[in-house]
Amino acid sequence: MPEAKSLRVAYGEALAELGALNDKVVVLDADLSHATMTSIFAAKYPERFFNFGLAEANMMCAAAGISHSGLIPFASTFALFGAGRAYEQIRNSIAYVNANVKFGLSHSGLSVGEDGGSHQSIEDIALMRVVPNMTIFVPCDSVETRKAVFAAAAIDGPVYIRVARPVVETFTAQDAPFIPGKANILREGSDVCVIATGLMVKEALKAADALAADGIRATVVNMHTIKPFDSECVLRIAKKCGALVSVEEHSVIGGLGSAVAETLAGQSDAKFKRMGIQDRFGCSGKPADLFAEFGLTPTDIAAACRSLIGR
Amino acid sequence: MDDESLDEKSKQLRRDILKMLYRCQSGHPGGSLSLVEMLMALYYRTIRVDPKNPAMEGRDRVVLSKGHGCPALYAILADLGFFPREDLWNLRQLSSHLQGHPDMMKTPGVDANTGSLGQGASIAMGMALAAKYKKADYKVYAVLGDGECQEGMIWEAAMSAAHYKLDNLVFMLDHNGLQIDGSNDQVMGLGNIMEKFSAFGFECLKVDGHDIDAIAEALAAPANGKPKFICCETVKGKGVSFMEGNAGWHGKPMNAEEYANAAKELGGCIDA
Repeated sequence: MPEAKSLRVAYGEALAELGALNDKVVVLDADLSHATMTSIFAAKYPERFFNFGLAEANMMCAAAGISHSGLIPFASTFALFGAGRAYEQIRNSIAYVNANVKFGLSHSGLSVGEDGGSHQSIEDIALMRVVPNMTIFVPCDSVETRKAVFAAAAIDGPVYIRVARPVVETFTAQDAPFIPGKANILREGSDVCVIATGLMVKEALKAADALAADGIRATVVNMHTIKPFDSECVLRIAKKCGALVSVEEHSVIGGLGSAVAETLAGQSDAKFKRMGIQDRFGCSGKPADLFAEFGLTPTDIAAACRSLIGR
Repeated sequence: MDDESLDEKSKQLRRDILKMLYRCQSGHPGGSLSLVEMLMALYYRTIRVDPKNPAMEGRDRVVLSKGHGCPALYAILADLGFFPREDLWNLRQLSSHLQGHPDMMKTPGVDANTGSLGQGASIAMGMALAAKYKKADYKVYAVLGDGECQEGMIWEAAMSAAHYKLDNLVFMLDHNGLQIDGSNDQVMGLGNIMEKFSAFGFECLKVDGHDIDAIAEALAAPANGKPKFICCETVKGKGVSFMEGNAGWHGKPMNAEEYANAAKELGGCIDA
């Protein structure tokens, strides 16, 4: 089993690796390069790294201008200050013209931890999902983060990569596919299905283990791409299992859970429960304590599955 | 083009702007008319562009950050042959490539999407930064509105332009003194805009924004290793007596009588 690693470190390393292959790749940051880990790229390619200081809106529009000049900018800051503060810059200057800008935004979700509710973006997926032309990747570990960076570079258009802060176990295989818009089924079972994204994928697998001990066979889906959304996969599994649970460290409004609900509406009568942040703000705490507080532990997921199928 | 033909050209462009706006019964006459000579100094005297090859790699870039002034830009692009002049009369109509605010995806010769104020300055700054990285010699010109300078982004862009020593970047200010709710001073005073840009590290020049020679001279002046700021003193609604200096004509459609009077003042006749 590979070492545990933070997704943000994997992001920085992947940028540096990509930079070696393509001199059109430039990296932008807003005074957070040692947190987003774009500092790894900056150390290797200082002439291709541009710090904009604490000016996220300016950075996003500059990225648009840089992309109009034939380069491939990756702009990074915290998810809240990118998708949130610079929302309209991303919308009008980047997505509206399908600009070839990538933004790996770190410190997403509750797993930011101690910095608290002001820094925990629980709405970034929702904000980016409603914008036309946008692709959204939510990688679950370091191996998948690297694949997301390379896949983003191969797409001609804006891509949001949601990067989590904590050091987490690396559990996906190097040779596992990462096809944009195509979910990965990590475990097959016909009793219930857990569709998870980001750090919740590992928690979903643990929940499936617990359910298996009780003879409940769960399908676990790693929904690494939120947009374009793999509706075909969701409908197929809904038909097979008849009961679905979505799990994300994001608001249940507008994110993965909403995407599943929109897919099921009018097309499936499967039972469905959305797990995530129930329309409230985050708060300070250790990530593990926050997941417990917000009902996002493997125990919570397994309980939701049991409740849904009445076993 | 000599001075006399430039004068006639400016009248022709203003007539085109009014015709476009009269036909669609929407859009922004005041801030389009104030821009005409600024854009003429750029397009007829200064920049390197090729109407037959709008995407030419080495072209100079123009970002109309005050995107609502686009009728002036469209009139010039049509005059230069980027697209047929007849297209102008479909401004803002469904299926027209001439959108209410500039769209680089639809209109040949448009280098950036603008309209959401403040963003064009940063886009232009990013283009200038990319040119430096690519060691390309083209220049980037952003045309700003004065109300637009109330956007915080303008100052974020200004700070980064000086930080990265972008002497290939020029900000031109259409300083007509008026915005939607009234004068700049009534709404949110800009203070001494020359001193502000100077303090942000720009090479600053002030000119009569309706004097093409003066604007072209300022555009050609040395930048001394800094980004350049040219404050163009203009009159909102320039060329139409009842629009001049009147904030009410920021975004108001003309009726038939107003259009006829305006066209007459510009040496034309009703042609709608």
